[in-house]
Amino acid sequence: MSKIAVIDYDAGNTMSVMNALKFLGYEVTLSNDPKVLFGADHVIFPGVGAYADSMNKVREYGLTQPIKEIIKNRIPFLGICLGMQLIFDSSTENAADFGVPSIEGLGILPGKITGFKENEEFILKATDTKDAEKTPENGRELMKIKVPHMGWNSLEIRSKDSKLFKGIENGSFVYFVHSFYLSAKNSCDVAAVTEYGISFDSAVEHENIFGCQFHPEKSGDVGMEILKNFCSI
Amino acid sequence: MFTKRIIPCLDVKDGRVVKGTNFINLRDAGDPVEVGANYSKNGADELVFLDITASSDKRNTTVDMVRQVAENVFIPFTVGGGIRTVDDFRTILRAGADKVAVNSAAIDNPQIISDAAMKFGSQCVVCAIDAKRRADGNGWTIYKHGGRIDMGIDAVEWGRRAYELGAGEILLTSMDCDGTKAGYDCELTRAISDVVDIPVIASGGAGTFEHFSDAFELGHADAVLAASLFHYKEMEIMDLKKYLKGKGIPVRM
Repeated sequence: MSKIAVIDYDAGNTMSVMNALKFLGYEVTLSNDPKVLFGADHVIFPGVGAYADSMNKVREYGLTQPIKEIIKNRIPFLGICLGMQLIFDSSTENAADFGVPSIEGLGILPGKITGFKENEEFILKATDTKDAEKTPENGRELMKIKVPHMGWNSLEIRSKDSKLFKGIENGSFVYFVHSFYLSAKNSCDVAAVTEYGISFDSAVEHENIFGCQFHPEKSGDVGMEILKNFCSI
Repeated sequence: MFTKRIIPCLDVKDGRVVKGTNFINLRDAGDPVEVGANYSKNGADELVFLDITASSDKRNTTVDMVRQVAENVFIPFTVGGGIRTVDDFRTILRAGADKVAVNSAAIDNPQIISDAAMKFGSQCVVCAIDAKRRADGNGWTIYKHGGRIDMGIDAVEWGRRAYELGAGEILLTSMDCDGTKAGYDCELTRAISDVVDIPVIASGGAGTFEHFSDAFELGHADAVLAASLFHYKEMEIMDLKKYLKGKGIPVRM
């Protein structure tokens, strides 16, 4: 059975990820030691928290280069939630607080992270409550859409030969908690999209790089299958 | 398709499930892990563990329970009951809970909501509210200590305040409806749900399938919570979900 390393940089959901992998029977190590990470068969980059803080933690632990090395060494790499967002170019999360238009990420894959509340189309839909009153048959669709996007939503799997979603039915439900979302630059990197007021990229696959905005470790049987798929790559 | 959530609530005391332990096909109906896993298998979208452990020196059993649930059940779960400080939040979250619900302590010291939200993120801070209609029928007030003390504070105002302080979710229990099986207080649920941008979980009063669809359609609830109905097998979550789906309410099947 393959050895899994989970990157330790004080992310919030680290233990849940470890628990899920242990439950599945994998040998899991939590580490920020590059030697341990390079020696793993699979590496998982978890993440819950704010973009800028987490990027600072990644730098503080000296993980920027090791993460790039892991990817260059063709070790299967899975970013979860914020962990996925960090492997892209940048995010607007709290950027104004730092007086910049966006916070720089690891830039391993091209794409940007922005907030639901920055998207005009989303705002229009989220606040269209008056029409909901007028047309009760459409009311549910038009009712206020809340941020964060928190709960179970379905996956529209884009890539037929996705490794992450092997054996996973299109439309399967997974658990999300986030206020910012990914727009990948290359549509060929997008493994799944999800609808929440707008359509956003909910999973990515690019060679040995994988990412999901949702939490497989909290997505019941479907999530466990996705983790197993990743660990079997 | 974003779905509405169905959440069973489990009362736990000294680390054991104490309500509705007449499950069939369970080796140990008092084991939170087994009950939680069973609910997860049968369609629950999330779980709420309400700790009713009376003595504070037995709180460690609760932390152990949270750890065991986190190691074995892989859907989100909230732990509430007896949370007094930001340190309590940390302990429960570290043990593996996804969210922590705070009630009386937030009424005494609303800043606990903002402090916890700053430290751990809004998504894991649930403000539990026990509300009861005023005697004159004019709105609702909130109660603390398990519904024993009327604070005289308007429930809708308190809900809005909790949201503004950084709560990520509101668990709203109608004391008038709780235990009646006559339906959720949809008016109360809607009054709060419509003034906050965070999800509201309706609680108290579920008895029939219609009560659940009403909570979503009339009450604008984002999620619904029920305890005895599910524990005593009066209703199967999957049957409820089939009914809701038939009514056009999005649910995870």
